[in-house]
Amino acid sequence: MGKISRLGRRGFLASVSAAAGGFSLGWTIPTAASAQTTGAEVGIWAVIHPDDTTVIRIARSEMGQGTLTGLAQMVAEELDADWSKVKAEYISPEANFSRNRAWGDMSTGGSRGIRASVPYVQKGGAAARLMLIEAAAKQWGVPAAECATADSVVTHTPSGRKLRYGELAAAAAQLPVPADPPLKTPAQWKLVGKGVKRLDTVEKLSGKLVYAIDVQLPDMLNAAVAQCPVFGGTVKSFDADKIKSMPGVRHVLKLDDSTLAVVADKWFQAKTALAALPIVWDEGANAHVNSKSINAFLAEGLDAKEAGVGHKVGDAPAAIAGAAKKIEATYATPFLNHATMEPMNCTAKFTGEQVEIWVGTQNGDAALAVAAEAAGLKLSQVKVNKHHLGGGFGRRGQQDYVRQAVQIAKQVPGRPIKLIWSREEDMQHGFYRPITQAKMTAGLDAQGNVTGLHMRISGQSILAYLLPSRMENGVDMVQFQGLIPGEFGYMAIPNLLVDHAMRNTHVPVGFWRGVNVNQNAVYLECFIDELAHATGKDPLEFRRTLLAKNPKQLAVLNAACAKADYGKPLPAGVFRGICQYTGFGSYTASVAEVSVSAKGELKVHRIVAATDCGYAVNPDQIAAQVEGSFAYGLSAALYSENTIENGRVVESNFDTYEVARMADMPKVETVIVASGGFWGGVGEPTIAVAAPAVLNAIFAATGKRVRSLPLKHVDLKKA
Amino acid sequence: MISLDINGHVHQVDADPTTPLLWVLREWVGMTGTKYGCGVAQCGACSVHVDGVVTRSCQLQLGDVGTAKITTIEGLSPDGLSHPVQKAWLDFEVPQCGYCQSGQIMAAAALLKENPRPTDADIDAAITNICRCGTYPRIRAAIHAAAQGGKV
Repeated sequence: MGKISRLGRRGFLASVSAAAGGFSLGWTIPTAASAQTTGAEVGIWAVIHPDDTTVIRIARSEMGQGTLTGLAQMVAEELDADWSKVKAEYISPEANFSRNRAWGDMSTGGSRGIRASVPYVQKGGAAARLMLIEAAAKQWGVPAAECATADSVVTHTPSGRKLRYGELAAAAAQLPVPADPPLKTPAQWKLVGKGVKRLDTVEKLSGKLVYAIDVQLPDMLNAAVAQCPVFGGTVKSFDADKIKSMPGVRHVLKLDDSTLAVVADKWFQAKTALAALPIVWDEGANAHVNSKSINAFLAEGLDAKEAGVGHKVGDAPAAIAGAAKKIEATYATPFLNHATMEPMNCTAKFTGEQVEIWVGTQNGDAALAVAAEAAGLKLSQVKVNKHHLGGGFGRRGQQDYVRQAVQIAKQVPGRPIKLIWSREEDMQHGFYRPITQAKMTAGLDAQGNVTGLHMRISGQSILAYLLPSRMENGVDMVQFQGLIPGEFGYMAIPNLLVDHAMRNTHVPVGFWRGVNVNQNAVYLECFIDELAHATGKDPLEFRRTLLAKNPKQLAVLNAACAKADYGKPLPAGVFRGICQYTGFGSYTASVAEVSVSAKGELKVHRIVAATDCGYAVNPDQIAAQVEGSFAYGLSAALYSENTIENGRVVESNFDTYEVARMADMPKVETVIVASGGFWGGVGEPTIAVAAPAVLNAIFAATGKRVRSLPLKHVDLKKA
Repeated sequence: MISLDINGHVHQVDADPTTPLLWVLREWVGMTGTKYGCGVAQCGACSVHVDGVVTRSCQLQLGDVGTAKITTIEGLSPDGLSHPVQKAWLDFEVPQCGYCQSGQIMAAAALLKENPRPTDADIDAAITNICRCGTYPRIRAAIHAAAQGGKV
C-alpha cells in the first residue's frame, strides 16, 4: 500500500474526468452540474464532490457483466458512502500507467472483475473512510475513535455533530492514506449483498450511450479491412486504381502481409469499395485444411501415447482394465466465434507525437501497449479512451483491431480514423473457442461402483496459441478447467486420469466465455449420466455418491435439485436432466426440463441453476449473469459452430452462424447458495452447466445420447 | 439531396440513394443510437419504425424511404425514458452490454402498439432480435409489464 500512500497526497484534482482521462458518458458524470465542479481525490478510488457526489474509479471494463456496479458497491461499502450519490467512471490506461499501475490490473476476463480486485478496492474504500473521519476529528478537535460514519456523513457520536463527506473531502484528500485499514466483516455489510440497481442502465435505453463504434470526431475518416480469408495466407496483389474513383474513397492501404484497408469519408463507402477491390491472395500452406482433416487429426489424439497430465489419482488405466464392466464414449465440440453484437472496431488518431485511441477493450493496459507498439511511440505517448463494450465474451481481450486502427492512422496522420470490421470480417477472423474431442472411459465393479475414470481430451490449446509462456512443462493447464484438484468434484472415484493430447490447428483460438469448462463439462457430465444409466441408478443419487468427498459441489447440486422439485412428477412429455461443475472459483449445478416432440423438435421449458460464488455482491446481477450464461451456452449447444473449408471459416454472418433467440430461451430460475468465506466468479461459471443438463434431459426424453454438438445436426426423432 | 423525416424533423441527406437507411442515420445524420450488427437483417440491432412499422434499417435503401416518417430510438420518447417500454426496461434492468437494446426496444414498442396484450407465443414470434448477453427472459418480462402498464 506504500504506493497508494504517496498518491493520496495529491489532493485536489481540477476535474476527475480530465485528470483521469475519462470522457463524458452519462454514467460517468451526473446530469447535475455539481459533478463538473471540483472534486477531491480521497485515496485513489474515490473522488468526492462538495455535494457528496462520489465518483468511484473502475479499472476493469464493463461489457454487460455488471462489474462497474459491483466494484462500485465494494468501494462504497467500505467507504460508507450514500449509494444514491455514487457514480462510476473508468480510470484511463495512461493514468494507470503513469501512476505505476496504482489501480491494478485492467484486464477483464476469467470472471475476475470482482474476485481479483476485492482486496485492494475494499482497502481503498476503507482507507478513504478513515481519512474522512480523521479530517472531521481534526476539525472538531476530538479523537477519531469517537466518530462514526454512515451514508456519506461523519458523526461525532458523543455530541451528535455531523459533517458531510462533501464538506470534508478537500481536507481529507491532504491526509496520508492509511496503509492497512480494517475492513468490515460480512455481517456489517449494507450494500454488498443487496441487489442495488446498475449504474449504467439509463443511457442504454435511449441510444445515448456512446460505444466505440459510435464515436464521431471532427475530420474523422472511416476504414474497412480485408484479411486473407485463409489464416496464415498473405496478400499477393491488389488493384487500388479500380476503386479509387468510387464515392468517398481516400486511401487503399496495405497494413501488413495479410491485411488491406480502404479509407473513405464514410464507413459504408469504405466497405462498398473494399468489396469491389480486386485482391489476389496467396493462401499458403493451410488452403487444403478442412473440418474433416481437423477432425481426423483430433481423433488420432484420442488414443495417442503422449499426453499432458492434468489430474492423476491412483492408476486409472489399470483399474479400468481390471474392471467388471468397461464403458467408453467419444464426444466432440466445434470451433465457436464469440459474435459480440458490436463488431470489432477502434478509432485512432496519430500525430507523430501522440496516438490517441477510442476503443472498447477488455484490457486497457494491453490496448495502450499495442497502440504504442503499432505507432512506434513510447507508452507515455498514448492516450486511450475506454468505452463500454457492446459485448466482450473474451474476444476483446485481444487487441488485433487496435493494432490495425493505429496502423491505418499512422499512414493517414492528423485525422482520426474509425476502423469497423464488417460482421463477415468479425465472423471469419476471430479467436475461436478451441475445437476438442474427448474419449471417456470408465471401469465399474460388479456393484456398479466407478473404480476408474480416464478422460482423454484431444484438441487445440489456447495457451499454446496466445500465451505460450504460461505453459507448464509443455502442458496447457487451462485445458483442464474444472478437472484439476480443488475443482474436480468426483473425488470419491479412486482412480482417475485426465490428460490432453495437444493437437493445434492453424485456426486462431482464444478465451470464449467459460473457456474450457464449456467443453469439459459436456464431456464429463454427460458421461457421468451415461454411467448412471449403465448402472441403473438415478442420476442424482449416482452423483451424490461420487460427490461424497466434495461437500460444496454436493450442496449446490442439492440446492438446484431441491428448487426444481427433483423426483416429483413433471407434466407428460417433459423430462429432466441434471449436472454440476466447478470453475472460475464457483460451484454450479443445474436442472433442465425439456420435451422432444414426435417430429424431434426440442423445447427447453425451464432451467434451475444454482451457484455458490461464496459471497454474493449483487444478487440481481448474479441472476442476470446466470440467465445470460444460459443463453450463450444454449446457443452453443443448439446451433453455433464454425467449420473450416479450404483453410477458411465457412460461416460469415448470423444466417449461417445461428444463435439462440427469444423463442429458444427457457425460463431460468437462479438459486444463489452464497456459502461465504470466498469470492467466486459470476460471469462464466454457470455456462458450464447449460449444455450438459439439456443433453442429459434429451436422453431422458428420447433415449438418444448426443455426443457431438451442435444439436441442430442431430435427429431427435424417437428411434 | 434527399429529404428524410426523422423523429419529426426534416433532414437533407447527400448520400447515394442505394445507401442503407442504417448508415444514413449513423454516418450522414449522425444519430448513432441505431446499431449495426449484421447488415443482413438477421440481428435486428438496426430496427427503426417506418410509418410505425418496425423495420430493419440495414435493408431499406435511402431512395426507397420517400415521405415515410422514420422514428429511431432517439425519438421514441422526448426524454429517452418515458415510453412504457423504456420504463419497463429500467424496472427489470434488462440491458447488460446494451448494444442490441435500441433494436429490442423499438421491436417491443411496435409489438405492443399492434398487440397491447401479447402472449409468450406472440413475443416469441415478434421479437426475433439477437441478444448475445442473453437478456431474453428480462425482455419478455418487461414486455408483459409494459403491456400491463397501460397505453403504449
